[in-house]
Amino acid sequence: MKYAYYPGCSSHSTARDMHESATAVARALGIELVEIEGWSCCGATAAHQTDRVLAASLPAANMLLAKQMGLDTVVTCAACYNRMKVTNHEVSSLPDMRARVADVVGQSYDGSVAVRHLVEVLLEDVGLEKLRKSFTHSLGGLRVASYYGCLLVRPQDVTNFDDAENPTILDRLVDAMGGESVEWPGKVDCCGGGLNLTRTDVVVKLSGSVVDMAIASGAGCITVACPMCQASLDLRQQDMQKHSGRRYNMPIVYITQLLGLCLGIPPKELGLNRLMVAPTSVLQSIVAKA
Amino acid sequence: MTIRIKKESAVITLKPVVEKMSGVSLDACYQCRKCSAGCPVAGPAKSAPSEIIRRLHLGAGDELLENGLVWMCLSCETCFGRCPMEINFAAVIDALRSLALSKGGKVPEGNMPLFNRMFLSNVRIFGRSYDLSMIAGYKLGSGSLMDDADKFPTMLKKGKMAILPPSGADKTAVRRIFERAGQGRGKKK
Repeated sequence: MKYAYYPGCSSHSTARDMHESATAVARALGIELVEIEGWSCCGATAAHQTDRVLAASLPAANMLLAKQMGLDTVVTCAACYNRMKVTNHEVSSLPDMRARVADVVGQSYDGSVAVRHLVEVLLEDVGLEKLRKSFTHSLGGLRVASYYGCLLVRPQDVTNFDDAENPTILDRLVDAMGGESVEWPGKVDCCGGGLNLTRTDVVVKLSGSVVDMAIASGAGCITVACPMCQASLDLRQQDMQKHSGRRYNMPIVYITQLLGLCLGIPPKELGLNRLMVAPTSVLQSIVAKA
Repeated sequence: MTIRIKKESAVITLKPVVEKMSGVSLDACYQCRKCSAGCPVAGPAKSAPSEIIRRLHLGAGDELLENGLVWMCLSCETCFGRCPMEINFAAVIDALRSLALSKGGKVPEGNMPLFNRMFLSNVRIFGRSYDLSMIAGYKLGSGSLMDDADKFPTMLKKGKMAILPPSGADKTAVRRIFERAGQGRGKKK
């Protein structure tokens, strides 16, 4: 199993833990992630809020690099994933957009490079059975709220990620790890991430409501597959506390961090020391498999 | 809710422009308001997706570009995901933002345009996002220097924020993309 790996900008900054855990898990499972040489930013929200052609050209340039490698592109960041999928959709369905992107990038891109999130690869290419056999440890019945947010699941016709209203990919991984995936209503709600610096009050309210729902469902932690969701839910718990007067202590862990723990990888190699809310309760529930 | 549109503002209506830019036809909207029911920021924005569409139907002009939802929208796409007529409202908002940028107008609370400019100017220079520089630029520009000041030392200590600028991107290719996309924008009327 070999893929072109697009880490995305956050992998070297606010989401180093996502990058560390994703690459450690891939290594342990024999998945070869070949980093795309010379990759650049996908443009994220800032580009699509500014200019539609720029927003498609930045991802297209990266996918042209991946195309030369002849491999599917694997992404760990939900925002990069979304921008790449939207670009594939736009250049393949709108001839005018394809022409404008070709003019800007200097090379025509037809939208043919398959873009996949690492969790899709884990479920579809590795498979739950092989994963279960590879686990040396179990989550020991830890109750986990799987949080998908927006960018993986919407728009469904473009991302084709599981189900838009009730996705279960992360839940299935949690159950396979010996955890208990909780039923809760917050799965695909928005954390407010896009307004993190500009309208923090809105982020605190939206992320607070997600964490409150997870608490009400009896979850011991929330697992995520998006660096913006992770940052909002983890970083903003201090502010939620100030805002509501209630105490918050909900660990927000990447799904790859949980997988890494179950594969017997030391917490530090998974970046678990970098989380704002210490994942002590998560680490305590991990048990070695008999 | 009553929507009032001033006669003079209806001279140049935005609807055809927005429809052309976004590639979305708004005629199919029958105001079921599922989009507004699911919108996470309809409250703080004091406006909702179905209301924007109705205003466009009724001949809204440039005053709509100052509507709170234009820059508050998170592009979560819940509206699009749930629309029975598959109207891509997120694309409509992106078109309104592009128009707001090209026509100037009131700076929204939180100054999202400044944030976007800071983000993109760093990408233009380094080929990748440089959070520290982008955040510093935004904070200086918006005068919100002390917000979250308590969090940065912890983030730096935990390695949650890169100190050095990113390296490794094909900067020449990225600069070319920005230059040519910018020229394209200039060409549009």
